Amino acid sequence: MSLEASIQLTLGPLDLEMELTIEEGEVVALLGPNGAGKTTLLRAMAGLVPFTSGHVRLDGKVLEDTATNQYVPTEQRPIGFVFQDYLLFPHLSVLDNVAFGLRSRRMPRAAAAAKALDWLDRVGLKSSARAKPSELSGGQRQRVALVRALAPDPRLLLLDEPLAALDVTTRAEVRRDLKRHLTSFQGIRLVVTHDPLEAVALADRLIVMEKGRLVQTGAPADVTERPRSQYVADLVGVNLLKGEADHGSVRMPGGPVVAAAGAETGEVFAVIHPRAVAIHKTRPEGSPRNVWPGRASHIELLGNRVRVRIDGDVPLVAEVTPAALKELDLVEGGEVWLSFKATDVGVYAA
Amino acid sequence: MRRERVPIVVIVPAAIGAAFFILPLLGLIVRSPWRDAVAALTAPETLEALKLSLVASLSATAVGLVLGVPLAWIYARVEFPGRDLLRALTTLPMVLPPVVGGIALLLAFGRRGLFGSWLDSTFGITLPFTTAGVVMAETFVAMPFLILTVEAGLRSMDRRYEEAARALGASRWRVFTRVTLPLIGPSLFAGAVLCWARALGEFGATITFAGNFPGVTQTMPLAVYLLLETNQEASFILSLVLLLISLVVLVGLRHRWLIA
Repeated sequence: MSLEASIQLTLGPLDLEMELTIEEGEVVALLGPNGAGKTTLLRAMAGLVPFTSGHVRLDGKVLEDTATNQYVPTEQRPIGFVFQDYLLFPHLSVLDNVAFGLRSRRMPRAAAAAKALDWLDRVGLKSSARAKPSELSGGQRQRVALVRALAPDPRLLLLDEPLAALDVTTRAEVRRDLKRHLTSFQGIRLVVTHDPLEAVALADRLIVMEKGRLVQTGAPADVTERPRSQYVADLVGVNLLKGEADHGSVRMPGGPVVAAAGAETGEVFAVIHPRAVAIHKTRPEGSPRNVWPGRASHIELLGNRVRVRIDGDVPLVAEVTPAALKELDLVEGGEVWLSFKATDVGVYAA
Repeated sequence: MRRERVPIVVIVPAAIGAAFFILPLLGLIVRSPWRDAVAALTAPETLEALKLSLVASLSATAVGLVLGVPLAWIYARVEFPGRDLLRALTTLPMVLPPVVGGIALLLAFGRRGLFGSWLDSTFGITLPFTTAGVVMAETFVAMPFLILTVEAGLRSMDRRYEEAARALGASRWRVFTRVTLPLIGPSLFAGAVLCWARALGEFGATITFAGNFPGVTQTMPLAVYLLLETNQEASFILSLVLLLISLVVLVGLRHRWLIA
């Protein structure tokens, strides 16, 4: 019981080539920047976007296969789709929206209404059954969209940016509810998001996608601790370097060598947390093995921390306190030295 | 706030332009024999013409909906070579002199026409100078309004609602009837009303293709024209009735026309 897809397509500037397998009971988040092709991939699995080559199989049944020319139309796939802006039918009541999928599958009117009402009750919206979608708040609409997709008992639930249309204040609360409802649904769940917080909160596994390609997959903790792309490193807020390991050091393309305690051999990623990078006015003398001159190119205040981007042989971001920044008398464009210990460099195979 | 002064070179022609429309209406209202209004409206031949007009124009609207909505759907949704040409051909009657339309209909569906002779010899059906002929003439002239309005509605609707319906298991027919049609409701309504109003006022194509037989093909506009020679005052009253209907349609549509 699983979803297995291999999809290759081009759509405008997007060149997409993805393979993924999702097991029964998994909640998977498809994470990536805008334009990575996440939504297109989701729509392709729903049969809404044709692909050049590949296949989609659900529970061993072929939904689409270009090799054998098989195509099950969207309306015959056992899927539920929650669209980014929900797309609740504006001319139908909340109840009729939720009953729509049941009626489409030929459930008698009374039975469909009863079941839809039951679903609305589960998300605390029974009293809004007769309202039009336009009378609901953003969070309520999100819940209606979710139960509308769940009511016909789909095997595969696809959610496209389910929280993106909400404002920041309601998002946290709706995310909690969504997590609960996703947990109670038994099928395969795939959530598209560009928000790492959402991905980590909702999913058991992340699939990171960039420019139509898979760049990393794994449990949220693995992905955030061992980023394998600049995109993920930026999301998590760490410095990511890639180079050749050589027993205690990592050589970057172009020459600079970073002392890294864990480095052995082969292509590796090196992660340095900005908190581990120290800034000095003059060349420091001490135990840190990594010492470079550089120029502060960008200074950004983040709450009680200051992030300083330092350009040099190895561009890095350092995180210091506002007090330290004041003591250093540092402004953008200022010359500095930076240092970090070889033991603060995390190394893993690329 | 200081009001902007409107230049006199604008005001004068604008005022003349407005008067050009308002004076004829005024004339119709002032010169109508209001005392005889009830008698003229309830005269048997008036009622006959009114009834025929309603039946024929509503039939033309129904035919327009049945044939025009699918055509509009194809124009809005299907890409095929020659689409623009076909659209131009099917909306030609909007700019064609109606008499020319009537002659074209005669040449195609007349007893000796291209298809008319076949219809006559095979099924014994003759269309010209019958009530069915009136419906045809009115449909020919009025349906383009419906086609264009509905096509515009289909083009401006958010098609993702249709995808949402499909993802919920709706067949294409169910998507069309339960989602597409309700969402383009305002355009559909506006198109049908425009089509009906145009059919109600149709004169040239009708008199050319269907003739002017009281009770069979003599619609309101035809009766008005005929009465002008025999009973002017009744013709004024009937004109007023048609004017009133047009006005109600236009005012009623303004809102929907704008949002559609």
